[in-house]
Amino acid sequence: MSEKVYVTGLGIISSIGNNVDETLISLKNLRQGIGTIKYLDSRHKNIIPVCEIKFSDEELVKIANVPHNKKYTRTALLGIIAAKQAVINSQILNDSHWRTGLISGTTVGGMGRTELYYNKYIDFNIFGDFLGYIETHDCGESTERIAEFLKIKDYVTTISTACSSSANAIMFGARLIKNNILDRVIVGGTESLTKFTLNGFNTLMILDKESCKPFDENRSGLNLGEGAAYIVIESEKCIKSSEKEIFCELSGYANANDAFHQTASSPDGLGAYLAMKNALYKSELSTTDIDYINVHGTGTPNNDLSEGKAIQRLFSPDIPKFSSTKPYTGHTLGACGAIEAIFSILAIKHRIIYPNLNFENPINELGFSPVKKIIKDVEIRNVMSNSFGFGGNNTSLIFSKC
Amino acid sequence: MEELINTLKAQIIKVLNLEDINPEDINPDDPLFGEGLGLDSIDALELIVLLEKEYGIKIENSADAKKIFSSIRTLAEFISENRKK
Amino acid sequence: MSKTNIISDYCKIRGNKIIINDNTEFFEENYSNFGNFIKTIYKSTQINYPKFYKMDDLCKLAFVTSELILKCNNLSNKYKPDEISVIISNSCSTIETDTNYYNTIKDNSNYFPSPSVFVYTLPNITIGEVCIKNHFMGENIFFISEKFDSEFISSYVNNILDNNKAQACICGWVEYNKDNYESFLYIAEKNTDENNNKLIHNANNVKQLYLK
Repeated sequence: MSEKVYVTGLGIISSIGNNVDETLISLKNLRQGIGTIKYLDSRHKNIIPVCEIKFSDEELVKIANVPHNKKYTRTALLGIIAAKQAVINSQILNDSHWRTGLISGTTVGGMGRTELYYNKYIDFNIFGDFLGYIETHDCGESTERIAEFLKIKDYVTTISTACSSSANAIMFGARLIKNNILDRVIVGGTESLTKFTLNGFNTLMILDKESCKPFDENRSGLNLGEGAAYIVIESEKCIKSSEKEIFCELSGYANANDAFHQTASSPDGLGAYLAMKNALYKSELSTTDIDYINVHGTGTPNNDLSEGKAIQRLFSPDIPKFSSTKPYTGHTLGACGAIEAIFSILAIKHRIIYPNLNFENPINELGFSPVKKIIKDVEIRNVMSNSFGFGGNNTSLIFSKC
Repeated sequence: MEELINTLKAQIIKVLNLEDINPEDINPDDPLFGEGLGLDSIDALELIVLLEKEYGIKIENSADAKKIFSSIRTLAEFISENRKK
Repeated sequence: MSKTNIISDYCKIRGNKIIINDNTEFFEENYSNFGNFIKTIYKSTQINYPKFYKMDDLCKLAFVTSELILKCNNLSNKYKPDEISVIISNSCSTIETDTNYYNTIKDNSNYFPSPSVFVYTLPNITIGEVCIKNHFMGENIFFISEKFDSEFISSYVNNILDNNKAQACICGWVEYNKDNYESFLYIAEKNTDENNNKLIHNANNVKQLYLK
């Protein structure tokens, strides 16, 4: 009989807050992180709005309190800041006899520096400090930096599956605990804004030039964001021997492939349906036990209809309250699974359901609507959080009050 | 117009990696999407890039693209009327 | 350690050689570049799948390798779509395609970001392509690691099979970095009586096959 898995620590930084407390205040006050590009040196500066964290890389170095003589990418810095919060929150570094791992999801890795310096790298007549960034490019590098900073040695790995990366990291961490390979794992992801992704999504014509409107009939795309979030999950065995606060249980998770298109979701949302259905099965819950779904809800015409159909198929006639929180933070790509996991966990702890900002009219084909106004003082037993990535990689997580 | 159609066929084959297809195989009035050549949404986006790169025509709204891209002939006619290069 | 799962088929493409289930099926000494090499192999499989030509080189490599083992073992005939899992890993993600994509945006005077190239700048699209072609809908994940980790992959896959998250899994390593490429994919399945002569799916056997 495998151990249950509990959440004991949270850490987050995004365009709506530099830690959990600030984030919660923003969520309650409907404060969005969207604005004009400030730090990224892009030709789309005054055209495409993004959810940028309002610190330069140099300022992040100070906040993260990392050694000045080493090179850290923006992705690594955000990751260190968030992971450190989670670790302090969970107090896991106080006892080192448990087996502890780190699993981090990202898609850009060190791309931010590479795109700045690439032309210099390949010109062998130019030398300089920038050369130190060559080795920071890989996705795995930011994970290694976080592990090094927190002194995590037992198990460290990186997952790169597009927008489901950090959700998959959470799922994988839970499995390692249930299979008695680790006792506790820091799981989540980190992502920073880059010209690479901004131009890429722009050329796919799925960016909204205004703040996004998920699940709205007139939605026209997503907003890119950046951020990092990590949670600490622990086995029952670990929890029993301590007095620390337990946020909730990670009671269910599942992953499925949509098998339809490299970047579009299938019209019937079969992949999403399978992921949600299997997560419910894993958690031994029924559809009526879910009090809130934090949907992937990017605001693209394609995702929202597809996800909506899957929700309809699985939950009808009693569709739970649901909302997309991407109008708050933007779509943080590899980090969104973990960022939204934290939102789901906070929903349980603080008895709150967030509104789907900017929503006005339901999608005609679906006929149902997300939550429009914030709901406070509500009992929330179980939250489902969806993260669907390019390549048809669909993951659904379930967090339960304990 | 015929010359533009032939040029377009070659450009489309190259840009969309339609390796097994020869220009003679493409009927200019066949649908480009759905049946006919069976192109998909990413192909449509690459054609939008092609329009800008080779002919200086910018398409801001992907919904407009549908009509323009019905067939190679409609595409050629659109380019003829709007080209800046 | 699981005793009930087996390695039913495997395929390795490395250094101009293709090895399928211990047989060197194809050996091309003088190929001019990877593109021609992989196209030749694709054509020899006689699979008619024009979408192959739109894939980037990493996906072409993964796709062809998986199709070669699926020819020996048609999983779709034996299992439902959501019973088949795909788990792939590599060390350099999509570095080649990243560079190709970057080349479409780096020059301000010739700035034309390519959507079809951007689509391939995620390593798990390799999994997507395999799943789309074969309609596999089971669990799937892409890991980044410095080297192929037979210990990790075999235990991860055994876990999925033992817990009935899947009945069969295509898994392994697909790396593409200019002309330095390598793929090693195998099918792990639950054992049935007919398969007594197959290798047991464990770290050691996977490692031996990989290194052979």
